[in-house]
Amino acid sequence: MFDIVSFIPRAVMQGTPLLFGSTGEILTEKSGNLNLGIPGIMYVGAISGVIGSFFYEQSVAGQPLNGFLAIAIPMVCSLLGSLLMGLIYCFLTVTLRANQNVTGLAMTTFGVGFGNFFGGSLIKLANADVPSVALPATSAFFSKHLPFAANLGWFGKIFLNYGFLAYLAVIIALLASYMLNRTRPGLHLRSVGEGPATADAAGINVTAYKYIATCVGSMIAGLGGLYYVMDYACGVWSNNAFGDRGWLAIALVIFTIWRPNVSILASMLFGGLYILYLYIPTGSHMEVKELYKMLPYVITLVVLIIVSLRKKREDQPPASLGLSYFREER
Amino acid sequence: MEKQKQPLLSIAKREALPWYKNWLIRGGAILLALVFCGIITMLLTGLNPVEVFRTLFYGAFGTNRKIWVTAQNLAILLGISLAVTPAFKMRFWNIGAEGQVLIGSLACAACMITLGDKIPNGLLILISLLASLLAGALWGFLPAFFKAHWETNETLFTLMMNYIAMQLAAYFIIVWEVPKGSGKIGVINQSTNAGWLPVIGGQRYLLTILVIAILTGVMYIYLQYSKHGYEISVVGESHRTASYAGIKVTRVIIRTMVLSGAICGMVGMLLVSATDHTLTTTLVDGRGFTAVMVSWLAKFNPIGMIFTSLLLVVLERGATEISSVFSLNHSFADILTGIILFFIIGSDFFVNYTVHFRKNRKEGK
Repeated sequence: MFDIVSFIPRAVMQGTPLLFGSTGEILTEKSGNLNLGIPGIMYVGAISGVIGSFFYEQSVAGQPLNGFLAIAIPMVCSLLGSLLMGLIYCFLTVTLRANQNVTGLAMTTFGVGFGNFFGGSLIKLANADVPSVALPATSAFFSKHLPFAANLGWFGKIFLNYGFLAYLAVIIALLASYMLNRTRPGLHLRSVGEGPATADAAGINVTAYKYIATCVGSMIAGLGGLYYVMDYACGVWSNNAFGDRGWLAIALVIFTIWRPNVSILASMLFGGLYILYLYIPTGSHMEVKELYKMLPYVITLVVLIIVSLRKKREDQPPASLGLSYFREER
Repeated sequence: MEKQKQPLLSIAKREALPWYKNWLIRGGAILLALVFCGIITMLLTGLNPVEVFRTLFYGAFGTNRKIWVTAQNLAILLGISLAVTPAFKMRFWNIGAEGQVLIGSLACAACMITLGDKIPNGLLILISLLASLLAGALWGFLPAFFKAHWETNETLFTLMMNYIAMQLAAYFIIVWEVPKGSGKIGVINQSTNAGWLPVIGGQRYLLTILVIAILTGVMYIYLQYSKHGYEISVVGESHRTASYAGIKVTRVIIRTMVLSGAICGMVGMLLVSATDHTLTTTLVDGRGFTAVMVSWLAKFNPIGMIFTSLLLVVLERGATEISSVFSLNHSFADILTGIILFFIIGSDFFVNYTVHFRKNRKEGK
C-alpha cells in the first residue's frame, strides 16, 4: 500500500534543496546574522546556474556538451550569484549596520524578482511554446547516478540513486557540523554569534567572521537552488516553481536547533512531509491534502515552543541573533 | 616620536539630525536609487530610461481608474503597515502580518458563505467584522503569549503562523469550492451580495480608503499621545526600564500584538468583503512582508508611512505597466523595489552615524 521504496528517494530529492538552504542559514545564524534573504538567495543561485548553462548550451549549438564544463559553468555562476547576494546582505547589515529583518526581506523581494525576471527573459530568448526553459543536456550531467545503482534493488534505489549534488549536500552538512563544533574557527564563529563584544575583546575579527560565514552560507544555500533546477526539476526552469522552499529551509534551522548534522535527516523528513499528501489516500476528500501540507510548519512551531520552554542553554538560538554589532556602542 | 596606528575611517554615532537633513539624506538615497534603476533598466532592456519612468508614472496615475486602483492598493498596504507598527515600536519583530490578514479574510469569507442570506445583511457584516478581528487577534496573540512568557523567538514563530494560515485557507477553499473540482471559491454571494460592504459615493474602493485614512489618524494619536503608546515605546527601549517604571511588560506585549493582529484581521475583511469578494491563498500577495519594510522605512511614524507605502505601491503599479508596454516580465517591479530598498536601508547608516577620514598630521607634533 504505502510504497516506501519510491517514497524515500522522492523525500530525499525534495529534502536536498532544504538541506543546502538550512546548512547555509545555520552557518549564517551562528555568526549572529538572521538572514531572511535565503529564499531570494536560493532563487538567485538557481537562475544564475540556469543562465550560465543556457548560454553554454547555446554556444555549442547542438554539439554534445563537454561534461566538465557542463557542470563547472553552472556551478561557478550559481556560486558567484549567491556570493554577490551574500555580499550585499553583509555590506548592509555588518558594515552599514542596517536592520537584519528588513534587509533580509528586501533581499527576498529582490532575489525572487531577479529569478523570475531573468527566467522570463530566457524563456523569451528560447522562444519556447511553454513558459519554461529546458536544459535537458546539462541536467543529464547533474542527475547522473552510479551506473550499477539500478541493479541493486531497493538498496540502490534508496541510497545510490541520486545526482552528485545530493551527496555534496550531505558532505557539506557534515563538514559544517565538524567545523562548528570541533575546530577553532568554528569556536570563534560561535562566540561571534553569542557575544560579539566579548569575541571582539578576545581579539577575534568580528566583521571578518560575519562576512565570511554569511557569504559562505549564501553560496551553500544557492547550491540548493541549483540542485532544484538541474536535478530535481530535470533542468526545467519555470517561474515561481521553487515556491516556498526557502522559508522551509529557515524553518529547518529551528527544527534542527542549529545543527547541520541533524539537518541531514531532518531535511529528508521535511521533504517527506512536503510530499506526504501525495501518498496518503484521501478518497474524494481532496481538501485533507492541504492540511497535510501544513505539517512541516506545525512541527517546526512545536519544536520552537518546546525549545523555549525547556530553556536548555545549548538549544537556544545564538544570543546576538538579529542584532547588528557596533563596537563603540556599549 | 611615537607612532599611533589609526584606522583610515572611523565611525561614530551621531546626535539626532534635524528632520530636514534626515529627509534630505533619504530623498537623496531614493533619487540615487532611481538613477541606478534607470541605468540597470537601460542595460537590461536597451530602453530609454526616461521613457521607462514616464510609463511608470502613467501606470500609477495615467487614468482615473488607475488612480483609484493605486489608491486602493496604497490603502491596503498602509493598513497592514499601520497594523504591524505598534508591535515593531515595541521591538517585537512580527513578520506574520501575511498570515494575520489572511486568517481575517478566511474568517470573513466563512461568515459570508455559511451565514449569507440566513440573517439580515447588517448583522452579517457585523458578525464578519467580529470574526475577522478575533481571528487576526488570535494569530497575533499566540506568538505574543509565548514571547512574553518564555521568550520564544517571535520572528520565526510568526513566520510559521503564515503558512498555517495559508494551508487553512487552502483547505477551506477546497471545502467551499464552486463549482466542485475547480479549486476556487469564485465570487461569494454574487447574486445576493450578502455580506458585501456597501459601495459609497459610487466608488468601489472609496470605503476602504476612508477606513484606512481614519485608521492612520487614530494610530498616530494612539502611538504619539496615549498612555498605551508611551508604554509601547518604553517596552521597546528596554524591558527592564519598563518593569522598574511599573509597566507590566508581559501584558503590554500581549495587548499590543492582539491589537496588531486584530487590525490585520480587519484589513483582511476589507479585502474580502469590500473589494475582492473572494478568497484565494495569494490574496495578501506578499504585502504582509512589504508592510514590514514600509513601517520600518518610515521609522514607525504613521504619517511617514503614507509616503513610504505610496513609493512602493507606485513602483509596483508602474512596473506592471512597464512590463505590459515593453513586454517585460512582471517581476521587473520586484527588482526595482529591491534596489530602491537597498539604497534606503543603506542611507539609514548616514542618518545615524558619521564617518571621519583619518586626518593627515603632516604639520607634526
